[in-house]
Amino acid sequence: MRVTHHPILGDLPDSREIKIQVDGKEIAALAGEPIAAALAAAGISVHRYTSEKSEPRGVFCAIGQCTDCVMTVNGVSNVRTCITPVIPGMTVETQHGVGQRRDP
Amino acid sequence: MSKGVAVNGFVSEEELERSPGYPSKERMQQGPVVVIECPQEIPCNPCEEACPHHAITVGEPITNCPRLDETKCVGCGLCIPRCPGLAIFLIDLTHSDKRAAVSIPYEYLPLPHMNQKVTAVNRAGEPVCEAEVIKVADTKPNDRTAVVTVTIPNDYAQEVRGIVRLGGHHG
Amino acid sequence: MREVDLAVVGAGPAGLSAAIEGAKRGLRALVIDRNPKPGGQLIKQIHKFFGSREHRAGTRGVDIAQDLFREARDLGITLMLGWEVYNLQPGRLQVVRSSFGETSDESPEASIAAKKIVLATGAEENAFYFDGWTLPGVMGAGAAQTMTNVWRVLPGSRILMVGSGNVGLIVTYQLLQAGADVVAIVEAAPKIGGFGVHAAKIRRAGVPILTSHTVVRALGESRVKGAVIARVDDAWQPVVGSELTLDVDTICVAIGFRPNTRLASLAGCRLTNSSVLGGWVPIHNGQLETTVPGIYVAGDVSGIEEASTALEEGRLAGIVAASAMGKTSEHDQQQLQAIADRLCSLRGGPFCQPIQDAKSELVELGEEVCPKE
Repeated sequence: MRVTHHPILGDLPDSREIKIQVDGKEIAALAGEPIAAALAAAGISVHRYTSEKSEPRGVFCAIGQCTDCVMTVNGVSNVRTCITPVIPGMTVETQHGVGQRRDP
Repeated sequence: MSKGVAVNGFVSEEELERSPGYPSKERMQQGPVVVIECPQEIPCNPCEEACPHHAITVGEPITNCPRLDETKCVGCGLCIPRCPGLAIFLIDLTHSDKRAAVSIPYEYLPLPHMNQKVTAVNRAGEPVCEAEVIKVADTKPNDRTAVVTVTIPNDYAQEVRGIVRLGGHHG
Repeated sequence: MREVDLAVVGAGPAGLSAAIEGAKRGLRALVIDRNPKPGGQLIKQIHKFFGSREHRAGTRGVDIAQDLFREARDLGITLMLGWEVYNLQPGRLQVVRSSFGETSDESPEASIAAKKIVLATGAEENAFYFDGWTLPGVMGAGAAQTMTNVWRVLPGSRILMVGSGNVGLIVTYQLLQAGADVVAIVEAAPKIGGFGVHAAKIRRAGVPILTSHTVVRALGESRVKGAVIARVDDAWQPVVGSELTLDVDTICVAIGFRPNTRLASLAGCRLTNSSVLGGWVPIHNGQLETTVPGIYVAGDVSGIEEASTALEEGRLAGIVAASAMGKTSEHDQQQLQAIADRLCSLRGGPFCQPIQDAKSELVELGEEVCPKE
């Protein structure tokens, strides 16, 4: 749920709405916000599943330190969605395990 | 025996009576006066500068509990929005025959409007009586800490320190 | 390779303050941060600060941050946002992009040579291991604060807060302000950890603070859908039969922070363990210099405190780093004394005494083992 009016922070500033793809489905995002923010606003809590037991994981620290929120973004695995800003047309996929190793 | 702010999260009668920020009952009967509910030694003193009548003293070290000089306090309430702890309130026992007025700091949306009937709560957040809003001050110097004044039956003046938030759920 | 006089890791209150004081004295200063936005935790502090006029008491943290950004900009300080330091040695930093660049042409890596380095890397939230703690919907209280005050998205609608220190109390208040319900705070200790005035605000809002209680289980399959809390005994163990299930969709853990010392370690700085300061902490002297000459620390990385002390330590580090390069300004000695006095004042009173003592001990150790000029 977006916090559109806030007693201290004021109204949500005007921001361009863009679209990104999450597991093949289009969702709305605000230009410049982290991917994880758009997911949270869309009610998506599960970012990935662990390697061994396929347990769900989502945001824990929200500032790029714990790596619990990583997903595969534009084909690149292990992207920290809490500190990666959305770009129009980005593809975001729920990651299973450690994903694909990147080419050197 | 009540356990006090470190256990309940709100000040006990004993803590208030011992607190130098609390006016006497006699002074309260004379007209509007503030009550400062800040019984712990924490490094903080904006209240001292906030009062144009120099009724509040903290001094050095800044961990001293604020002291209210009830002879200097005129009940203007300018200190209310300046307290970072939202721990200052204004009590006016002389508002009318049957009703007292209490001013509280309020930082939620929506703000109440004039003449609105709201539910007044005590320090534990328990609803205690109905209240009527008679003033909402939210000017630039408040820096987004609105001051809401409500009237309540006299008997509740020593208890009422808040209102049920208008937007969300309560308790 | 980029060359600067002063490289600062972390664009929070400590880092920006260090860069500003350095730049005021003529240093070419660069600040690196993995986040796309500067300000560290300061931009999330929407409440009015305590302290005195010199500490900017009564001003909201987020507004102090705007002042820092303006000063940094006016002084021509370079901010490398969205960059991660992955290697740090005396005089040299190696960085990589922490996310995607604007275009694919830009190199994702860079090297920086710096005469002096200030580590202002802040802290990490501690995790609390209860059954189901890994479920989406369990997060640090700081994370909830980031989501609410920066992302402007509620982390959930019915929240359990674990921990009643100042962070747990303040974040609870901020969640209420944003329109969420905080169903309860549980605190394992028999007393509330944070300031009474913070607790009083949320008690007036109807939020119960259950001392001698803890969370024992998070319920749900793909997301928190409930929490089981229980009373704890004198040995801090859950009392069987006292369990209560709460209808919540979010559990925020506010049980403290630990200094983020990875880069300090990597660079060879010696650490010492101080539970009061949050765990492993880089040993530093009164000038905030570590055991590695030319590497300084400021803010939460040098011991968990708060934004006001981070601002002061950052200033101190910036002034001493500049001075070590022969770049001083008039009244530096007076300024350093004023900073020391303000830090002392912030660390006064019964709540802060343990920190004051721990910091003094740390500096004493630092004076012994850190290299002298």
